Amino acid sequence: MSSSVSTISDLIGREYKEGFVTEVETDTFPPGLDEDVIRALSTKKNEPEFMLDWRLSAFQRWQEMAEPSWAHVSYQPIDFQAISYYSAPRSVGDGPQSLDEVDPKILETYNKLGIPLQEQKFLAGVAVDAVFDSVSVATTFKSKLAEAGVIFCPFSEAVQEHPELVRRYLGAVVPAGDNFYAALNAAVFSDGSFVYIPKGVRCPMELSTYFRINALNTGQFERTLIVAEEDSYVSYLEGCTAPMRDENQLHAAVVELVAMKGAQIKYSTVQNWYPGDEDGRGGIYNFVTKRGACRGDDAKISWTQVETGSAITWKYPSVLLEGDRSVGEFYSVALTNNCQQADTGTKMVHIGKNTSSTIISKGISAGRGQNAYRGQVKILKDAENARNYSQCDSLLMGDRCGAHTFPYVEVKNPTATVEHEATTSKIGEDQLFYCRQRGLSEEDAVSMIVNGFCKEVFKELPMEFAVEAQALLGVSLEGAVG
Amino acid sequence: MNTVASSTDVADYIVAQQVAADALPAAGTPWLDASRDKAKAILADVGLPTTRLEDWKYTNTRSITRSRFDPVLRSENWSDTAVIEQLKVPELNSHRLVFADGIFVSGLSSDTDLLRGVRVMSMAQLLQSEPEYLKSALGSALPESPHGFTAMNSSFISDGAFVEIGAEVMLDKPIELLFVSACSGKNRLGLPRNLVLCRSGSSATVVERYLSATKSRSLTNVVTEVVLDGSARLNHYRVVDESADSFHVGGLFAQQDQSSRLDACSVVVGGGLVRNDVLVNLNAPGAAVDLTGLYLGRGRSHVDNHTHVVHHTPEGTSREHYKGILDDRSRAVFHGRITVGSGAQQTDSEQSNQNLLLSREAEVDTKPQLEIYADDVKCAHGVTVGQLDENAVFYLRARGVGEDEARKMLTLAFAADVLAKIKLPALKGYLERCVSDLLLSVSHTS
Repeated sequence: MSSSVSTISDLIGREYKEGFVTEVETDTFPPGLDEDVIRALSTKKNEPEFMLDWRLSAFQRWQEMAEPSWAHVSYQPIDFQAISYYSAPRSVGDGPQSLDEVDPKILETYNKLGIPLQEQKFLAGVAVDAVFDSVSVATTFKSKLAEAGVIFCPFSEAVQEHPELVRRYLGAVVPAGDNFYAALNAAVFSDGSFVYIPKGVRCPMELSTYFRINALNTGQFERTLIVAEEDSYVSYLEGCTAPMRDENQLHAAVVELVAMKGAQIKYSTVQNWYPGDEDGRGGIYNFVTKRGACRGDDAKISWTQVETGSAITWKYPSVLLEGDRSVGEFYSVALTNNCQQADTGTKMVHIGKNTSSTIISKGISAGRGQNAYRGQVKILKDAENARNYSQCDSLLMGDRCGAHTFPYVEVKNPTATVEHEATTSKIGEDQLFYCRQRGLSEEDAVSMIVNGFCKEVFKELPMEFAVEAQALLGVSLEGAVG
Repeated sequence: MNTVASSTDVADYIVAQQVAADALPAAGTPWLDASRDKAKAILADVGLPTTRLEDWKYTNTRSITRSRFDPVLRSENWSDTAVIEQLKVPELNSHRLVFADGIFVSGLSSDTDLLRGVRVMSMAQLLQSEPEYLKSALGSALPESPHGFTAMNSSFISDGAFVEIGAEVMLDKPIELLFVSACSGKNRLGLPRNLVLCRSGSSATVVERYLSATKSRSLTNVVTEVVLDGSARLNHYRVVDESADSFHVGGLFAQQDQSSRLDACSVVVGGGLVRNDVLVNLNAPGAAVDLTGLYLGRGRSHVDNHTHVVHHTPEGTSREHYKGILDDRSRAVFHGRITVGSGAQQTDSEQSNQNLLLSREAEVDTKPQLEIYADDVKCAHGVTVGQLDENAVFYLRARGVGEDEARKMLTLAFAADVLAKIKLPALKGYLERCVSDLLLSVSHTS
C-alpha cells in the first residue's frame, strides 16, 4: 500500500487544467448589496414592474433570514457586501446576431475548454445557450426549436418577450423566500435559461447550457426555469467549469422545473467548478437550490448529476410528486478530493397516489475530502401505495477523507414501501490486485473500478455527457488509492 | 449547545433541586456537589429539549413540559407485594432489586449480600457509606453535551442500582432491576441513576424493567451508565412497559475497553411517550457491541429511539438492528448514528431499522446516519418502512388460515428475529406474549 502513496500525492496534486482568466472588458457593479443595487440591476435589464417587486420582496425576506448552518461543511463566513452583483461582457451592448459578432476572446475561451460552439451544430443536435458570466452571448439552433414551438432563450429575453409565462411560473416551485440562498438568488439573479415546451411536443434536440464564472469578485446567480406542458418531453444538459483563482466565489443558482400531466423532464448536470488548490485555498462555493414539481398525473422528473468540482457543494435536487403515478428520480455521483466538501442529496415528497421515486447516490472521497449524502423521503398521508428505493454507496480512498450519510425517512401512510440502503467501503485490495495481475496499470485499474462503481449513474446520462463525466472522474482520481 | 427552550420549563426543577440539595445522599462530598451543580447549570442553560433541536425534531416534549412533576428523592414506604407479584416475569429466576419511583425498596428485593465477587446494592446506600468509591466511575460514560433530561438526572443523583461484577466472575443468574412508577400519587418523577461496572473478564446479565403500579400519570427519567473493562461481557435488557399516561426518558451510556462485548436489547411495549438514548463508546481495539430493539406502538403512543455508536479505535464491531410495529395513531422515531473516527480502521459496522405499519394513522420517521472518517472500513445501513405483504397473507389464506390469524402470524414473524436474540427463555416467552397481546387488540385494516 505504501508504494502507492507517492503516486497518490503526485496525481492528487494535479493542477486544475481549465484554470485561466480571459481578459475581457466588463461592465461591473461595485461590490455591495442594497435595494438600490437591485433597482439598478432591474433597470439595466429593462425589466417590467412585477420583476422588480418580486426581487425586492425576496430581498426583504433574505435580510430576515439566517445563513443555514446544518450542512456537514465548514468554511469562512461569506461577506455578502464584498460581492459584485452584476458583471457583463461589454461587447454585448446590442446582443450579437450571429457567432461572428461574438467577442473572439470569448470564443477562444470556449475553445480552450473544448466546447466546440461552431461545430456543435453538426454534433448530436445539441443547442447551446452559452452563459459567459451573467449575460448570454450566443444562442444557436433557435430557429429549429422555434419551428417546434419550443422556447429556449436567456432568462432576460424571456422576461421581455414572454412576460406572461415568466410571471406565471417564476417562483412556482422555488418561492422567493424558500431558503437563504434561493432568496438571495431571487433578489439578484442576473440571467439564466428559460425553456418552455408546448403541449404534446417532444423537444427535437438535447438542450444544453455552459456556465462559466469569469470576472474576479462576481458571484454568479443563475436562474433556470423549465416548463413542460402536457405530454411533452425535454432533456436538458448543464455543464460548467471555471477558471482558477484564489478568492472564493459564491455560486447560488436556482433551477425550477414544472412538469404537467404526462410530461417528462430529464435534467443532467456535470459540475466541474474550480475546487480550490490542494490546501483548500480558493474554489467555488456552490450553493444551489434545484427543485421540480410533477404537477400533473403521470409526470416524470429525473435529475442526474456528476459533481466533481467546487470547494463546497450544497445541493439537493428535489421532486414534489403531486400528480398521481408521477415519478421522481435522482442519480448522483459526487466526488471530493483534496479539501473539497460536499453535502448533497435529494428530497422526494410523495403527495399523489401510486407515486414512485428512485435515489441512487454514489459518493467518492479522496485526499481530505468530506462527502455527505443528505436526503429526505417524505410520504404524506394521502400518498397511497407510494414506493421509494434509495441506495447510497460511498467509496473511500485515503485515510484522511470522510463519507457521511444522513437519510431522513418520514412515512405517514401504511401502504407505502420505503427502502433505504447504504454501504461504505474502500477500493478492495483484492480487486486491485486482480486487475494488476492481468496487466492493467494501477491507474487504469482504479479508473475501471471507480467507473464500475458509478456505472448505474453514468448510464442515465446522455451519451456525450457520459463520456465527459468518465473523463472527468478519471482526471480527478487517477491513482488516488489508499 | 445553546438552545431555545424557555427557562420556565426547567425553573421548577432547578428550584426543587436547590431545596433538596442538602438532603441528597452524600451531600457535602465536594466532588459530588460539584458534579450535581454542574449538571444543574447545564440544565439551566440548555433547558428541556424542544423540536427545534435536530435530535428532538420528531419528538415533541410539550406533553411532558406542560405539567409539573414532583421528584421523588426518598423512600415513601411503598411496599405493595400484590403489585410486585402481578408485575413479575413468571419463571424468571433472578436476583431482583425493586425500586418504587426510583427509590430502592429493600423489603421487596432479594438478598444479594452473599454473592461472591459481586456487589449489587442501592446507589444511595453506597453513596452514603463509600462516596469515594464512585468518584471516578459515576458520570464517566455520559455524553459530552447531555440533553436537559440527562442533566436533570445528574443534578439529582439520589438512588438507583449499583452493580459491580468482579474480575473473572461469571454470574449465571440474571440481575433484575424492577422500576415501578406511579406508586404514590399523581405526577411523580422518578430519577433512578444506575451504574454497572463489569471488571475484566467478567460476564453477567442485567435486566432493567420499567412498569407502572397504577394508571396515574408519571415521568421516569433514568440514566444507566455501563463500564466494561477488558474482555468483560454484559447482556443488558431494557423493557419499558409503563401505562399509557406515563412518560419515560431513558439513557444507556456505555464505555467499552479492549475486546469487551455488550449486547443491549431494548423492548418498548407500553408507555405514552418513550424516548431512549443509547451512546456506546468503543474505546479500545476489538470491542464489540450488538444493539437490538423492538418497539410496539398502539393508541397514541410515541416511541423514540436514538442510538449512537462511536468507534474510536481499530477492529471494532458494531451491529444494530431495530424493528418497530405500529398500530392505531402511534408514532415511532428512530435515529441511529454510527461514527467511525479516523483511528478506527478495520471497523465493521452494520445497522438496520425496519418498520411495519398496521394502521392508516401510524407514522414513522427514521434517520440512520453514518459518519466515517477512516477508509479501511466496512459499513452498511438499511431502512425499510412498509405494511404486511399481501401476497404472504394470501398464501396463508389459501391454506385455510383466517385473515386475522394470518396477519398475526406474519406480524409475530416480523418481530421474531429480535426476540430470538433474547437469551433468557423466561423473558423471551414473556415478551412474545406481550407482542401477541398487542396483536389481539389490533383492528386490522385490509
